[in-house]
Amino acid sequence: MALIELKDIARTFQLGDTTVNALAGLNLRIAAGEYVAVMGPSGSGKSTLLNLLGLLDRPNAGSYLLEGRDVTTLTPDEQAKVRSSRIGFVFQSFHLVPRLSAAENIALPMTLAGIPAAERNRRVAQALKDFGLENRADHRPDQLSGGQRQRVAIARATIMQPALILADEPTGNLDRHTGEEVVRLLEELNGRGVTLVVVTHDQTLGARAGRQLMMEDGRLQHDSALAG
Amino acid sequence: MGGCSTTAPLLADMRLPDILRFARDAATGYPMRTSLSVLAMSIGVAAVVILTALGDGARRYVVGQFSSLGTNLVIVLPGRSGTGGFNPANAITSTPRDLTIDDAAALLRAAGVRRVAPLAVGTSEISVAGRLREVMVAGTTASYFPIRSFELGQGSPLPEEDWGRGSSVAVIGNKIREEMFGSGPAIGQLVRVGDRRLRVIGVLKPVGQGLGMNTDELVLVPVSLAQAMFNSNTLFRILIESKSREAIPESREQVMEILKQRHRGEEDVTVITQDAVLATFDKLLGALTLAVAGIAAISLAVAGILVMNVMLVAVTQRTGEIGLLKALGATANTIRLAFLAEAAMLSSVGALLGYLLGEAGAFALRQAFPVFPAYPPDWAVIAGLCTALGTGLLFGVMPARRAAQMDPVQALMKH
Repeated sequence: MALIELKDIARTFQLGDTTVNALAGLNLRIAAGEYVAVMGPSGSGKSTLLNLLGLLDRPNAGSYLLEGRDVTTLTPDEQAKVRSSRIGFVFQSFHLVPRLSAAENIALPMTLAGIPAAERNRRVAQALKDFGLENRADHRPDQLSGGQRQRVAIARATIMQPALILADEPTGNLDRHTGEEVVRLLEELNGRGVTLVVVTHDQTLGARAGRQLMMEDGRLQHDSALAG
Repeated sequence: MGGCSTTAPLLADMRLPDILRFARDAATGYPMRTSLSVLAMSIGVAAVVILTALGDGARRYVVGQFSSLGTNLVIVLPGRSGTGGFNPANAITSTPRDLTIDDAAALLRAAGVRRVAPLAVGTSEISVAGRLREVMVAGTTASYFPIRSFELGQGSPLPEEDWGRGSSVAVIGNKIREEMFGSGPAIGQLVRVGDRRLRVIGVLKPVGQGLGMNTDELVLVPVSLAQAMFNSNTLFRILIESKSREAIPESREQVMEILKQRHRGEEDVTVITQDAVLATFDKLLGALTLAVAGIAAISLAVAGILVMNVMLVAVTQRTGEIGLLKALGATANTIRLAFLAEAAMLSSVGALLGYLLGEAGAFALRQAFPVFPAYPPDWAVIAGLCTALGTGLLFGVMPARRAAQMDPVQALMKH
């Protein structure tokens, strides 16, 4: 069973009078544990694809099976639960809550899921250690470097032990060196079995993935898995 | 690590303490807008507390003053007041019959009556050894003293005598004594009041300013003497003390009946009871307090709208954060609760602060005007606090709904 199975997915947007096909006739299977890079020019539909995979958006047509379960028909709250337990997000601009400390930011998904404080503290302490942030626990995001912020964001994305991590230009706001570091972190997670989908402009970053998807005009132009 | 869902606890919504902490951090994260809306709410509540303290203070003050006139009082006024409806007898006789000393004496026959005091009032001049001043002269009898609960500083009250006799004596107020005799003895001295020479037999205890007549500046003389002095047969009032509170309506009926008989069947007097007057004032000023509270409540509604504005701004400001919370698995309910909790906190802190402010204001009022019992009534405090919380929550619903319904993709792009 594939982790992700998209069948004939279409997503259209209404822009004034014109209808834009952000995604059209998309079929895609991603197995558990894969490392997939989604590439393509701006407006090619890669962000829309990521939003669909993350259940932040709904397709106009087609079906999306996540772990064999059709998730397109779920209610918004049911989708929220799926996001909470199965999917972790890493954003280009980190998306940390500015008034919360690093530890509180990491704990946020658990807090939202109603996990008791004792359990949260235990898991946050472990995560801080794993990501080398032990002495940054009480720092607010504006007191952290870009690399540290993204590490906090990745720690947050993994704290619920999701099956799938979706990263949207995770190195876009970082310099080369810290970007490298962050990518290594993500790849380590993938090495431990988490499925990793990265959207990127960066050719070299894309090339590191086990599988490359090239998007253009809302269609899958090239899939290295099929080409091989 | 993929199949870890078995170790994860059953997923529930965000816990209430966590929601409250989250809302508190959000509120304190924007100190300016938080303090402004708290201030608005507190001004609203403080206005309710202080204004109702003023209104209720006025009510207590007036009621207190009226009670100090005496207890179980029934008062007869000459003439018929217009409130009794049309009376054909009044249409024929244009001028009311005088209220006389004999009328007053006749009232002693009524079963429910304990004491009766006729009262004739006028102004005159009092002079002692060249010192002269204008005074209010009240002609009455010995029974007036217990009815009004007057206490004497020196000497004795008016003598128990035939009401028609009128010995040449006077009881004077304390201020009159000071002005006429200074530190010298007053009892037994002769004073001139109008064209009469009277012997001072008593001095009233000083009581200070009260409602109506100031007893410190009063001269009391026997009623027939006063009538002779003012060359009049009529009385200003007849004061009647009923035997008990329960007997007041009965006494009123009897008094009315006796006077009607004596006045050839015409109801040409007005009989009022202290209870009725008290109840009227109580009602009137109670309504005033309520009206003032209503006006103050408008400021509470305004504060509520301000809280709504602040929360709407907060929702717009934190659009990116809302998108993030949704991406991290927050349900619409969690987000709604978080924003509602924040609105509730703003209004409850504001309400509490306003209550303290209002109590402090009422305290300051009481310090400044010690005779004025400016205590906010409990109902006003409770209603004020409830209205503040109610409007805060009510106006918090819309922003919270807006936040909960936000599209996560759109919201995330706003970061």
